[in-house]
Amino acid sequence: MGEPVHDECWEAVHRLYHFLDGELTSEKRLEISQHLDSCHPCLEAFDFEADLRQMLAAKCRDHVPESLRDRIAWALRHEQEADPHR
Amino acid sequence: MADQATFADQAMEFMPALYTAALRMTRNAAEAEDLVQETYLKAYRAFGSFQQGTNLKAWLYKILTNTFINAYRSRRRRPEQTEIEDVEDLYLYRRLGGLEGATAGRSAEEEVLDRFTDSDVKEALESLPESFRMTVLLADVEGFSYREIADIMEIPIGTVMSRLHRGRRALQKALLEFGMERGLVGDRD
Repeated sequence: MGEPVHDECWEAVHRLYHFLDGELTSEKRLEISQHLDSCHPCLEAFDFEADLRQMLAAKCRDHVPESLRDRIAWALRHEQEADPHR
Repeated sequence: MADQATFADQAMEFMPALYTAALRMTRNAAEAEDLVQETYLKAYRAFGSFQQGTNLKAWLYKILTNTFINAYRSRRRRPEQTEIEDVEDLYLYRRLGGLEGATAGRSAEEEVLDRFTDSDVKEALESLPESFRMTVLLADVEGFSYREIADIMEIPIGTVMSRLHRGRRALQKALLEFGMERGLVGDRD
């Protein structure tokens, strides 16, 4: 299989991210799901993009330094004591 | 109306997410820490105006984003870059050889993704111009909806969609470049 050449493939790729983002109407969603059931190259492409997104979310995390947690807890306490009646 | 006494109990759990976003926005650990602290103080002071039962995480992100734009962006000398080179859909997938042959099970293209390190991914995201970087981060790392991103960034929903569309493709291009530099993927062009 080469490029997606069918109109349905073009439509699916065009809406791929709206699909993965959950931002399609249920009607459009169903249309694309049905296309993916019958079109292996498109399904593979969708799987790849979904994996890529998961990878981004998983590999883009940072550990909060303890010193920052302490600083913020202290600043909030200080704020509260400065004006306890707010 | 939200009670200030309950602020810490409700808001502290979002610190890792806010700190991650602050690091990507400022690209500097000391500035990120200051930004997160300022966000918590502002949020604490404004907590009376937070509607209990609405999305607290989105509310905190909105304060973080505004604080960043007002305080940190103005320090920069260069104006914000708003244009990026546009590349086609499925950019990375095509370059990794997807669409060329059907494979069974987990494909070679997907295995390449495992080889990217945390710092490859962070650097690729940080290489995007600011407005694209923030939009992609809110959608792909934090999972906010288009509507929520529009509210957080105070931009129309159509702008969210176009920034995501182009920002995600630019991110794929940046990832491919990192991958090629580190020999994770070969150049197929």
